[in-house]
Amino acid sequence: MQIALSVQNVTKKFGDFIAVDSVSFDVEDGKFFSILGPSGSGKTTLLRMIAGFYEPSSGSIKIREKDMAGVGPNKRPVNLVFQSLALFPMMNVFENVSFGLKRRGEKSGDVKKKVESMLERVGLIDFGNRKINQLSGGQKQRVAIARCLVMDPTVLLLDEPLGALDFKLRENMKVELKKLQAKVGTTFVYITHDQSEAMVMSDHVAVLNAGRFEQIDTPQNLYNKPASAFVAQFVGDNNKFHVKLGTDRHGVFYATTDEGQSFKLDKSYDLTRDNSFEMYVRPEAIIINPKEDKDSVNLLNVEVKSILFDGGNSRILIVPEGSNKEIIVSLPQNRKYDTLKVKDRLKIGWYPSAVVCFKGTGKRIYEEIS
Amino acid sequence: MKKSHKFGIRWGFIIFFTPVFLWLFMLIILPHLELLRMSFIGTDYYGKSGFTLENYGGFFKEPVYWLTYVRTTLYSILVTFIVLIIALPVSFYVTKIVKVKFQGFLMVLLLVPFWVSELIRIYGWIIILRESGVLNYFLTRAHILKQPLEMLYHDATMILGLVYTTMLFMIVPIIGVMESLDDSIIEAALDLGASKLTIWRKIIIPYCMPGIMSGSIIVFMLVLGSYLTPKLMGGKNALWFTEQIYNQIIIYFNWNQGSAFGFLLLFISSLIILAALKITGQKFSQVIR
Repeated sequence: MQIALSVQNVTKKFGDFIAVDSVSFDVEDGKFFSILGPSGSGKTTLLRMIAGFYEPSSGSIKIREKDMAGVGPNKRPVNLVFQSLALFPMMNVFENVSFGLKRRGEKSGDVKKKVESMLERVGLIDFGNRKINQLSGGQKQRVAIARCLVMDPTVLLLDEPLGALDFKLRENMKVELKKLQAKVGTTFVYITHDQSEAMVMSDHVAVLNAGRFEQIDTPQNLYNKPASAFVAQFVGDNNKFHVKLGTDRHGVFYATTDEGQSFKLDKSYDLTRDNSFEMYVRPEAIIINPKEDKDSVNLLNVEVKSILFDGGNSRILIVPEGSNKEIIVSLPQNRKYDTLKVKDRLKIGWYPSAVVCFKGTGKRIYEEIS
Repeated sequence: MKKSHKFGIRWGFIIFFTPVFLWLFMLIILPHLELLRMSFIGTDYYGKSGFTLENYGGFFKEPVYWLTYVRTTLYSILVTFIVLIIALPVSFYVTKIVKVKFQGFLMVLLLVPFWVSELIRIYGWIIILRESGVLNYFLTRAHILKQPLEMLYHDATMILGLVYTTMLFMIVPIIGVMESLDDSIIEAALDLGASKLTIWRKIIIPYCMPGIMSGSIIVFMLVLGSYLTPKLMGGKNALWFTEQIYNQIIIYFNWNQGSAFGFLLLFISSLIILAALKITGQKFSQVIR
């Protein structure tokens, strides 16, 4: 596979502040690559460097093997879909989409043909004469994407283009965007703070935190095998426990919480310097009233604190007996627990393999995750 | 209850509308109607006054009148264009390039000269530009000029003065519109391969058109109707049509001829503004906002 975009050791400093810190990644031709990170993680800075609006302080950006240093944004074979969409309000849809082609000096016959086939592709064939302010949010979105795709860029950059849409439309656009990418086969580099957008659409996701990549992996691996505490917290929901690790007589690792409950682990950890760890358990990895005994699963007696009904995503909030630690548990989709009430007593359990532990950071990595 | 509510609104309307109406009617419409009437009245050899087209006819018969008229109009258009060409980059600099905290400072710098009356500002220019003025002093001291040059009383000097006195009226409306131009729209154009010139031509200027038009209308009307600057900086040869009106009314006491000239000036300014709006495809209601 040919590499469409190669970013090597790219760093961007604004004065003393390091926005992007020695980031490297490659994107293969025709792939959907996402950069996922909280606001302020440097993802927009990274994207703007690829587009050519910023020069990296150090490192190189290559597009199809060609070094982009010193090449202005109007000369690069990439196009950017802006967060604000940045459609030209004084032009109609056709003029917006044809803008780039005309700048390239293509013949007006070709321009017309290309624009019309692109508008047809995004389902806006009859909208050529519409003014921008006569379009709905989703239609504007598609015009913005069409305006870039019609240029046939090597890489299409998308800067959180779904951010301004309401929930339902966003869900639709996610699927549409993935379908569109498969159809046109252009390489997409998509940045977002929404982990669901990144996971649904992408072939590969890079998780960016404070200017550095925490993990670059497939969405499945990101979710199931997070490489750091940040990824475990940021991608999907997780229950976090502050624990001390230790081993028993047989050398099996145990995690002990501050309240004194201990849980079996199935991996080994390096305890030489410090045994304070953070343990993460996914809400859906927790089984309610497990049939297995305590040799195979970690068991805990709990009380239901509240029921968070949300249709298919319904969950319960529970506290272990004699503790205030809140744990979120997903409810299975078989209506078995429809009668569950607050203050009900339950037994929960999870397999040791469902747990990941990371060295305690002591502080919150990201303020929006409590 | 409902009736008194309606009644209240009526009173509010009357209270606010009355001064506006009185001002418009008594000070603008009524005098203009009187001027219009006077412009069609002439006195014959016997001292009898009556309806005549002689005042307008006189304008076309006497070349100095209509030449001044054409000259004033053309120079006003020229000044408006010069002001526009300077105001666009200045507005762009203030709104898009400079850091936010300096924006206010720059706006104050633009405004400060306008705290001083036009007369004083023109005298300032006279001190700088006259034969024994500041500029000549430095140029002769630096041996760039052998002897002082008379820089005042040229058409170019007059245009300089007019550009200077009206600049702010162009910059303020353009800045108002340009501020609402999202930076990412300019970046998007750049991203799609547009050159700097194309961005100005296709994005910034069309976007700022309402501001450009309202600024141009104000500047054009101010220049066309200005009296002090052409008189003080333009010297004897640089005739401005407002001076003709002044001469007719104040010097010759020919109110009838003066009113006719006044209406001719009003006519050309309205005509050119309408033509400009038509050409640029702007609506008057949009522009005056």
